[in-house]
Amino acid sequence: MTTEKVGRAYLRGDSRAHVADAHVGKGQKPLLRITLYSLRHPWQASIAIGATIIASVLQLMIPRLLGHAVDQAQGILSTGAEGAQQALLWSAMILLGVSVARGFFTLAQNYYSEAVGHQVGYELRLAFYDKVQRLSYSYHDKVHTGDLITMGLLDLDGVRMFFSTGLVRTVLLTVLIGVGAFMLLSTDWLLGLLALSFVPFVAWRSSVAQLTLRATWVTLQDKLSAMTRVMEENLGGIRVVRAFSAQKFELAKFDRASKEALELSHDRVNIRVRNTSAMTFSFFTAMGLVLWFGGNKVIAGDMSVGTLASFLTFMTILQMPVRQLGLMVNSFARASTCGDRLFAFLDEPLAIEDAPGVPDLKVTKGTLKFEDVHFTYPGANHPTLDGVSFEAKAGQTVGIVGAPGSGKSTLAHLIPRFYDVSGGKITIDGQDVSQVSLQSLRRSVAVVQQDSFLFTTTIENNIAYGDPWSKETKIEKAAESAQLHNYIMGLPADYDTVVGERGVSLSGGQRQRLSIARSLVLKPAIMVFDDSTAAIDAGTEHRIRSAMRRYASNRVTLIISHRLSSLMHADTILFLDDGKIVERGSHEELLAKGGRYSALYDLQTRPTEDLEIGSAAQ
Amino acid sequence: MSAIEEDERDVASFPGQRPPRASVGSHRIEEEVFGKAYDPKTVRRIWAFVRPYRTKIYLSVISVLVFTATQLAIPLIIGRAIDTGMVKGGDATHLLWAVGAFAVAVLVNFGASYVQETQVGAVAENVLFDMRRAMFAQLQRVSLSFMDKTEVGRLMSRLQGDVNSMQEFLETSVLSVGDIVLLVGIVVVLLTLDFRLGLLTLSTMPVLFIVRIFWLPPAKRAFWAAHETNSITAGAMAEGINGVRTVQNLDRQKVNFDLYDDKAYNNLLTQLTGSRFAQVMVPIVDSLTGAAMAIVVVVGGSLVLNGGLEIGVIVTFLFYIQRFFDPIRSLTMQYSIMQRAMTSGRRITEVLDIPASINDKPDAVVLTRDMDGSVEFKDVVFGYSADRPVLKHVSFKVKPGETVALVGPTGSGKTSAMSLVHRFYEVQSGAVLVGGHDVRDITQESLGEQVAMVLQEPFLFTGSVFDNIRYNKASATLDDVIAAAKAVGAHEFISRLPGGYDSVLEQRGSNLSLGQRQLLSFARALVADAKILVLDEATANIDSYTERQIQKALLILLEGRTGMVIAHRLATIRGADRIIVLQNGELIETGNHDELMDLNGLYAKLYNMNYSSFDDIPDEMIAGSGPKAAST
Repeated sequence: MTTEKVGRAYLRGDSRAHVADAHVGKGQKPLLRITLYSLRHPWQASIAIGATIIASVLQLMIPRLLGHAVDQAQGILSTGAEGAQQALLWSAMILLGVSVARGFFTLAQNYYSEAVGHQVGYELRLAFYDKVQRLSYSYHDKVHTGDLITMGLLDLDGVRMFFSTGLVRTVLLTVLIGVGAFMLLSTDWLLGLLALSFVPFVAWRSSVAQLTLRATWVTLQDKLSAMTRVMEENLGGIRVVRAFSAQKFELAKFDRASKEALELSHDRVNIRVRNTSAMTFSFFTAMGLVLWFGGNKVIAGDMSVGTLASFLTFMTILQMPVRQLGLMVNSFARASTCGDRLFAFLDEPLAIEDAPGVPDLKVTKGTLKFEDVHFTYPGANHPTLDGVSFEAKAGQTVGIVGAPGSGKSTLAHLIPRFYDVSGGKITIDGQDVSQVSLQSLRRSVAVVQQDSFLFTTTIENNIAYGDPWSKETKIEKAAESAQLHNYIMGLPADYDTVVGERGVSLSGGQRQRLSIARSLVLKPAIMVFDDSTAAIDAGTEHRIRSAMRRYASNRVTLIISHRLSSLMHADTILFLDDGKIVERGSHEELLAKGGRYSALYDLQTRPTEDLEIGSAAQ
Repeated sequence: MSAIEEDERDVASFPGQRPPRASVGSHRIEEEVFGKAYDPKTVRRIWAFVRPYRTKIYLSVISVLVFTATQLAIPLIIGRAIDTGMVKGGDATHLLWAVGAFAVAVLVNFGASYVQETQVGAVAENVLFDMRRAMFAQLQRVSLSFMDKTEVGRLMSRLQGDVNSMQEFLETSVLSVGDIVLLVGIVVVLLTLDFRLGLLTLSTMPVLFIVRIFWLPPAKRAFWAAHETNSITAGAMAEGINGVRTVQNLDRQKVNFDLYDDKAYNNLLTQLTGSRFAQVMVPIVDSLTGAAMAIVVVVGGSLVLNGGLEIGVIVTFLFYIQRFFDPIRSLTMQYSIMQRAMTSGRRITEVLDIPASINDKPDAVVLTRDMDGSVEFKDVVFGYSADRPVLKHVSFKVKPGETVALVGPTGSGKTSAMSLVHRFYEVQSGAVLVGGHDVRDITQESLGEQVAMVLQEPFLFTGSVFDNIRYNKASATLDDVIAAAKAVGAHEFISRLPGGYDSVLEQRGSNLSLGQRQLLSFARALVADAKILVLDEATANIDSYTERQIQKALLILLEGRTGMVIAHRLATIRGADRIIVLQNGELIETGNHDELMDLNGLYAKLYNMNYSSFDDIPDEMIAGSGPKAAST
């Protein structure tokens, strides 16, 4: 709450409503959709557009007024001092007034068009964030995190800024060039044509330049990130680099990456420079022509010096906006592609959501049941789970073992509905998990993942991540059970030590213990360990297990592991192979059976004499 | 069911309320710099980088001056054209001359602007890349003790952020020269054209200066705040994306949404404030421009009446006024850019000045393949800080071709001992000898070639499988690489990858299992073909199938080499020719398995606990055995 500012709540609106509004203009082409979305701020948008029109008209008046003043000054000798000075004073006052007014209207134009952009950005960010959080595992499986981050930052900016850099600028340029051209051509069509002659050229060059720069920008970013990666990996793997004495090799790698990026940036500089120089040149050429023809007209008596001056000032005023035509074109191109991607993401259907009006899960006895569960990953043609059935009652521990790829983790992910089953059903106390609210389900089922994400914040916040309201004693108790408390107390600021990407880094085993503590805080009715003790040594694991038995004896525990010592104490062990349970029973029963399980047990415990170091050499 | 009992989770009862542990995203707060804008020491260091390009810099300064001169000349030429004969029935030859002069000015302008922009841009880019390379090269030399203490992220922000703000500075500073000249030029020209009118017109300039001075500090704070909140919001979003599975797993979506909303909303407010600060200058500049034009019209008009001024001069004035305030605007901005650049420059030189504590002696020997391959520790004392030794007077010798297992509890100094063979750190006293030479007398490069190292956590680089196995052994062919992969048993899974040996490893091999990465790092060591192998056995649990493969590969790897293995698995330990037991930095037992069992010390005790790996033994059990073992 530290970041909150009071007041101006009208800007904020209802956050949830902003998320819902993301569908405005759905089905329309991206540019139209962005426009409709931006126009949800009608007041700010109208002020911006109105101010733009007024500001550009005022802008156009200035050359006229100047020309008029020049003529007045020139005519001052003939008309005589009295009236002329009065007239000049008037011109000056009008000039000043118009300039001040132009300033204020430009302020309104810029501020309100940016405000619409920021407001739209705020709302889209919320919608984007919400969508990220809602999309199921199957979506996140197929989309790279880097691409999502790019979408949330760059694509969103492209969309957000379209109103100011695309729409408002279009209005500005239309008025400026359109009305300006009319004024010039109606005054003197030949000179008007000459004065405007640079416009098409500059518009063309600046558009081409901007579009080329945009195209190469993406490549440049790739090259720069390749260079960054070389540096990052070098520094992160500095021991490997040193161990292989590969410093020279690494420098050469860096030089290659760096040279590629450098060459491309040089190319880009050249594109920019060639175009800006050409544009300036065409502008001045046009000005030279106006000066020559206009000057001759003045000499011939067909035109006043003031009119010529107003033509020339008009050109200087028009120069900057015309150069920005390229930016406008670029804004359209960018918004169109960015909008396409961003809206496609926001419209992405949720694979897993609450069915309308579903009740909350009510855990009574705490019995988990798999009934002929089938599961096939989207796009795969081979089922990952093929008819799995078992039942686990509160207080029981079920061990699941099998070769990599046998479907162990998938099974774990189906219980809290990270994926939906393709056939059969999973029930908790008789309630189908797909027929209860996701929130109630996920609060009752905790999956301790093998590779849990560490948030960059204090250890305490990390442990309390699922329940930030929990009491400190509860957090400590969870850490104690996960055999992490002693380690934490040895850290510089114990529970307040910041961990994660930008803090103290934890070893694989410590991270796994932290994620166990994280789940323990939630006191789930069903707890699944998805290979989440692989990096924890057997002794510690044993202590965690006994601590957890004291903590809550009445929950269902599922242990997935390839280390038999982790699960041989389980009440039932399921041996999974290619999505099917091929053996089931207690450790003793399975050993007596002499099947797959007992073969694996032999493999893991048999003295490995044949593999001792000396044997091959001798 | 009482699984959710005593303290019920209260999320639902306070909708929208922020929890006490409100954390979404993290952000390193970089302090905005309000430091010195000029620091001679830093400038000298920066100049050292610019120096190689000084001819280009001189060239671009000259072209900036020429460019500015033409900009000043064009309004003058127009004014002259009007005043010489541009009246009804005037002489057209004057006009021809004027247009001719105009054309020349335009051509020169074109050339100068081209030269200036290409040169400035290219030099800035080059200097920037040189700086980054110098820093990167320095980081290759600095001692590991420095790298151990430094976050990679911090170094990266110097290599990226600081270098970029230097680029901004380099690009703008040449242009500032142009701005200063333009400003001075306009003042001089206006005063020369007509002193009184010039003075009156110029009187608007200080007004803008004063306004800018008052405006700049709060505006800078507002811009900085906008920049900060923007990266905070971006950071929170990135975290939300990276940790999305955990977020869903722990059902934290609602809490995170509210927290993110706060950040995004705060960002909206600071952006709007920043925008207001930026835009408030617009009417001020426009009003001042209007005032200047009004002065020219009124005063200029009456001067014309008195015959003291020609009409062309008024037009010239009006032209200058259009671009009057641009240089002031960019020059005041330049001050902040310089402040930033000085801070960045200082940070860059800090990296460049990190001492490389481990250097080759001038007469260092090159260790060749025909050395005997022995390793000897002679009374080695070593610690990461002088007062806390990690190794205390350790002496042992590994004979050529022998495999020695280093065994001992966590913190016993095994890893440090291994690092010393490679001279990652310097011993405090005593000596480490490789092939009979003190490691301090050998070139680091040749030492690295003869001592291969396999780390506990396999580290792979982005690139193809082939590139990773070959690594820096440029002479290795595809056949060598395949042979190595076959030898360690990695060939099978590599062939199954979509591109075989050309498959690109995503994010350092995250598309491979830990065991597979381990095998690749074995193959890499095999290709390096060093005489001595130092290996830290992995402790992490790998599935049983891969585990056996790794054990087999280890045998291949050690064949015909001197081996020092930090061993965790009993199979590895028992098979070693000799076992060295370390505890608290002291060598307490040495001998083969049978000898140590007879000795009945720490090793025998650990072995008899019957754990499949020494690392599985709980710490307190080892701690209990400490004093007893030490007494033997």
